[in-house]
Amino acid sequence: MSTVTEVSEGTTTSAAIPPPRRSRTLPIIMGIVAVLLAFVPFVDVHVPGLFGGELSSPGVLQILAVGLVFAGVAMSYDLILGYTGMLSLGHALYFALGLYGTNLLMRLFELSYAVAVPIALVGSFVLAVVLGSVALRVRGVAFAMVTLAFAEAFHVFVEADPVGITGGEEGLSLDTAYVPDLLTGVVNTRVVYWLALAFAVLTFAICRQAVASRAGRVFQAIRENEDRVEMLGLRPFNFKLLSFALSAVLASAGGAVYLLLVRGATPGSASSVFTLNLIIMVVLGGLGRLWGAALGGLVFGYLQLRLPAVARSGVFDPLPDWLEGPLTEPLFILGTLFVILVMFAPGGLASLPARLGIKRSAG
Amino acid sequence: MSLQVFVLLSVTGLGLAGVYFLIASGLSLIFGLMDVLNLAHGLFFTVGGYTTWWVMTRFQWVESLGLRFLIAFVLATAFGLIVGWATERFFVRRFYGDHVTQILITLGISLAGVALVGGWFSYDPQTFPVPEFMRQVAVIAGARIPVSRLLILGISVVLLIGLLAVLRRTRHGLIIRAGVENRQMVQAMGIDVAKSFTLVFAVGGGLAAIGGILGGVFFAGVTPEFGLNMLIFAFIVVVIGGLGSVEGTALSAVIVGLTQQFVNFFAGAGVGDLTVVVLLAVTLLLRPQGLLGEVAR
Repeated sequence: MSTVTEVSEGTTTSAAIPPPRRSRTLPIIMGIVAVLLAFVPFVDVHVPGLFGGELSSPGVLQILAVGLVFAGVAMSYDLILGYTGMLSLGHALYFALGLYGTNLLMRLFELSYAVAVPIALVGSFVLAVVLGSVALRVRGVAFAMVTLAFAEAFHVFVEADPVGITGGEEGLSLDTAYVPDLLTGVVNTRVVYWLALAFAVLTFAICRQAVASRAGRVFQAIRENEDRVEMLGLRPFNFKLLSFALSAVLASAGGAVYLLLVRGATPGSASSVFTLNLIIMVVLGGLGRLWGAALGGLVFGYLQLRLPAVARSGVFDPLPDWLEGPLTEPLFILGTLFVILVMFAPGGLASLPARLGIKRSAG
Repeated sequence: MSLQVFVLLSVTGLGLAGVYFLIASGLSLIFGLMDVLNLAHGLFFTVGGYTTWWVMTRFQWVESLGLRFLIAFVLATAFGLIVGWATERFFVRRFYGDHVTQILITLGISLAGVALVGGWFSYDPQTFPVPEFMRQVAVIAGARIPVSRLLILGISVVLLIGLLAVLRRTRHGLIIRAGVENRQMVQAMGIDVAKSFTLVFAVGGGLAAIGGILGGVFFAGVTPEFGLNMLIFAFIVVVIGGLGSVEGTALSAVIVGLTQQFVNFFAGAGVGDLTVVVLLAVTLLLRPQGLLGEVAR
């Protein structure tokens, strides 16, 4: 194994550490998409069917902004699931921590939003390191179960509200007194939209840097073969913890932006269902591809907010009741789509062009 | 703490433990035998609960509620068996050896299933009438205990004994136990383990469905997310007990059920649930393989 020494010096890659996919065109394409998205609030065009109003209307911007937040959180989740190969079922915990943490810091200590967010992120980092250290004592499926249990503990905490600070099942609404005026009110939806876009772009940039870095290569090596990484003289534990903590902080940042969007924190954001939704987003888009995760998040956010409105408009009315009910449930459609995709196109949406291309050349 | 309160909490906790055991035992066996983390297991539970609700509220032509409950019990168990069998046969079987895909498939089934149930019957909690005798109260050591709790406990104990008997006394059980220990070796002996996979999935589905029936009685109603919520505690029970060990699952279900009831009563709602998670963390730190588990996985 002549390549082993080369790897430890970090000069070239080996079979164990595949060269990271560094497409030069991807950042350019993503940049163009981001710029186009940034101009959406100025486009007064009505897209029939796809959206309920003009693109620049607060309602549409709200849907898109939620999609962008989901896109960012999905990318952060892809970092641990797609790149490091760790199945955490507790990512909702860190998203909700950003949501509740920021909100509670503002309400309890009368901090401004700009001060509360960094503190919440640091808190999220510390908690991720502590809980991650415990959970990483086990691997694979047991790790999934343990992370799920930790997240559920937080869910129970905010829902049952034993201390009387989180508002229980009702949730905790945003007190706009601590938020800059520019970020509140329906008129300023576009500013929050830009913030969500900035979050998504920043998350993409950070995740991309992370997976291309030397540590990021180890992440991917752990995904491929953890024992081999250990044999190369590296400690997988440290790298897994790093990936876990970084991902947690990014998810919390998403939670902080989401707080402004939905103007409050509800226990649903901490529930395991949110983590399961994240898995759907990431796998829908394509595991281990950041743009796939981003696309999955956008599509998911869009469908989740748009489908109920479509259902109310009466499109499904001609259908019999037993079909109409489930079809108005976004999760039924997404879940079914997800099962089909996993069974027949394991690479997700991101792999579809290649798949179709192969089919075409073969036929 | 008076004796009455102690007895009442103990019986309630044990009833809850019975429900946990029913959902967790199948989960533990499925994982032990074929390394599948079956996220659809909560759906089997929900299927049991909703079948019971359906029969109890719609089968008006059966006058006696007791008879109706018996029909519900049989139908719900049968549906659980069928759904469990179908999940293995049509989805999981195609991906043995590919754990992530199996988890993802069962996850998709679970979410789509919950949404399907929610779309059909709405997300509102549904309550159903129970036979007269279950609403009566038995007096044990001065404590007034609902008969339904005792019934849940009794059925769970009978099923535990039955499950252990099948595992220890029959050929199928032997193959399953051997498969949990070393699947490759069993295959090398020329035994078709795939048949056991299907069997374990179907039995696991049936047990979870019975858990759903009893859970519906215990919590006085069902909701679509019911199974998913129970699944989380079932995971905790399975990890604490040791993956693949039925005895460990039973023991850990009792510990978790009792802890939850007592702490929730004395320290406030929700604190018991948190304590259970702390219990899990402590178990992992001191004994990562679980109470009766053989090896860490």
